[in-house]
Amino acid sequence: MIIKQLTVFAENKVGYLSEITELLAENHVDMKALSIADTKDFGILRLIVDKPETALAALHKQGLLGTITEVIGTEISNKTGALSKALTVLAKKGVNVEYLYAFLSGSEDSAYVVIKATDNLAAEKILKDAGFKEISGFSAE
Amino acid sequence: MEKQYYQKEIETMPVEKIKALQSEKLCKQVKHVYENVPYYRDLMDKKGVRPEDIRGIEDLHKLPFISKSDLRETYPYGMLAVPLSDCVRIQSTSGTTGKRVIAYYTKHDIDLWEDCCARAIVAAGGTKEDVVQVAYGYGLFTGGAGLHGGSHKVGSLTLPMSSGNTERQIQFMLDLKSTIICCTPSYAAYIGETLKEQGYKPEDNFLKAGIFGAEPWTEEMRRDIEKSLGIKAYDIYGLTETSGPGVAFECEEQNGMHINEDHFIAEIIDPDTGEVLPEGSKGKLVFTSLDKEAFPLLRYRTRDICVLSREKCSCGRTFIRMAKPMGRSDDMLIIRGVNVFPSQIETVLLNEGYAPNYRIEVDRVNNSDTLDVYVELLPEQLSDTPDGVIKREKDLSSAITTMLGIRPTVHLVPPKTITRSEGKAVRVVDKRKLHD
Repeated sequence: MIIKQLTVFAENKVGYLSEITELLAENHVDMKALSIADTKDFGILRLIVDKPETALAALHKQGLLGTITEVIGTEISNKTGALSKALTVLAKKGVNVEYLYAFLSGSEDSAYVVIKATDNLAAEKILKDAGFKEISGFSAE
Repeated sequence: MEKQYYQKEIETMPVEKIKALQSEKLCKQVKHVYENVPYYRDLMDKKGVRPEDIRGIEDLHKLPFISKSDLRETYPYGMLAVPLSDCVRIQSTSGTTGKRVIAYYTKHDIDLWEDCCARAIVAAGGTKEDVVQVAYGYGLFTGGAGLHGGSHKVGSLTLPMSSGNTERQIQFMLDLKSTIICCTPSYAAYIGETLKEQGYKPEDNFLKAGIFGAEPWTEEMRRDIEKSLGIKAYDIYGLTETSGPGVAFECEEQNGMHINEDHFIAEIIDPDTGEVLPEGSKGKLVFTSLDKEAFPLLRYRTRDICVLSREKCSCGRTFIRMAKPMGRSDDMLIIRGVNVFPSQIETVLLNEGYAPNYRIEVDRVNNSDTLDVYVELLPEQLSDTPDGVIKREKDLSSAITTMLGIRPTVHLVPPKTITRSEGKAVRVVDKRKLHD
């Protein structure tokens, strides 16, 4: 399924990340997953949170730069080769993955994977048809 | 609607009459300066010009120029042309380019200066029904004092806000229903940005016009401010050396500023040779003040580069118009041998959809000039991959290269990381240490 990822622009400056995380904490936003794509000058934070819209409003109010990006959230079994299976299905259908990151689901049997594909809608359908489960239940917005 | 003027007879006077008036005033003024300012008398003597050689504006070119360095040399009272006891006010330059210059005024000087500002306010649609929010700095800076006095003359309700305290500016603007705002263009842009952040739409305020000056700004920035505040934005020009804002002002045509020719003569000269250039030529702007008693400057070389036009204006005013200055000559940077005006970079930013919040840093690394431009990224421009941001930086760099002929390094930064100005914006940091 398509879920909302909170994307935040971060300057490469001491204290910048903590400013963001503190702000989220103050606004009672629970972070489920975090990944950073960085360059020498700046980084782009990708977050899965329980209240993405609340978080975005708080960031903008503080003058921080953020946006909501649509990504695919899917569940895979916590077994060797499970992620590979998911990626292979996508590759076979010619869908390119721009980035992905994974986080634990809370159950020992499965993990959650966040995927940003060049064509999110196509990727979502392919994964669904291949029997991958959607993830849900942690986002309130 | 009938056209409004503050002093119709003067503002719409036939050109021949203006010139005759200027000639008459010039002869008197030269005599006044020669007799009362020893420094200027020396300059004239050295050049071999006597007051009786000046019989009209056609003889103006015979007079020596003066420039900011003369004013620094004669600081503080060396240019005074009346007894100090006849002066009632001191104002001073903002000191953006070094040592401050002070100007002194008699009651009469203040009166005429305020008339000039009143003409600007009326040209922007101001009447006694208006609420004029003066958000220029008050104090030594001429911006606040000039527009404040002009607003009084028009009979508008004057809000002497001074600059800064943006929250309070906005609160008063909305509560007291300000209809005209006067401040620097960069501060107007900042107020517009803050209003938007607070969730206000342009139609939520009562403003109809803004009178902006004291720093160079571009046409693109004008459109930006007009959109964000929902107003018509008018340019106003002046220098502390000539009195302050109001030397020239824009009418509803927004096509150049009418110079108050009953009080000032404008010339365009070749900056290198000092030769007077014909109308329509680009060059350095020179002013002669015709009515000032205490601090009457003759042929004062500004650092502004612009063009004059005598073309008829539909507003009915006959005063010559000056184009928006390209920038003060001391705003101009020479980078890798290329002349660069910050306003050129601003034009590109606004054309490419960025906000006019930027900082230009020039440095010299291994004997080669570097140009770095820091620009704030808007929320809708954020990409979820570094490549997206880097591509934007490259595209913007290419667009600036097309304009300037030299390639800058563009850095996109988060909003609010570039310091906002409440007065004159400091947009250029030149770190090159070429002279010790």
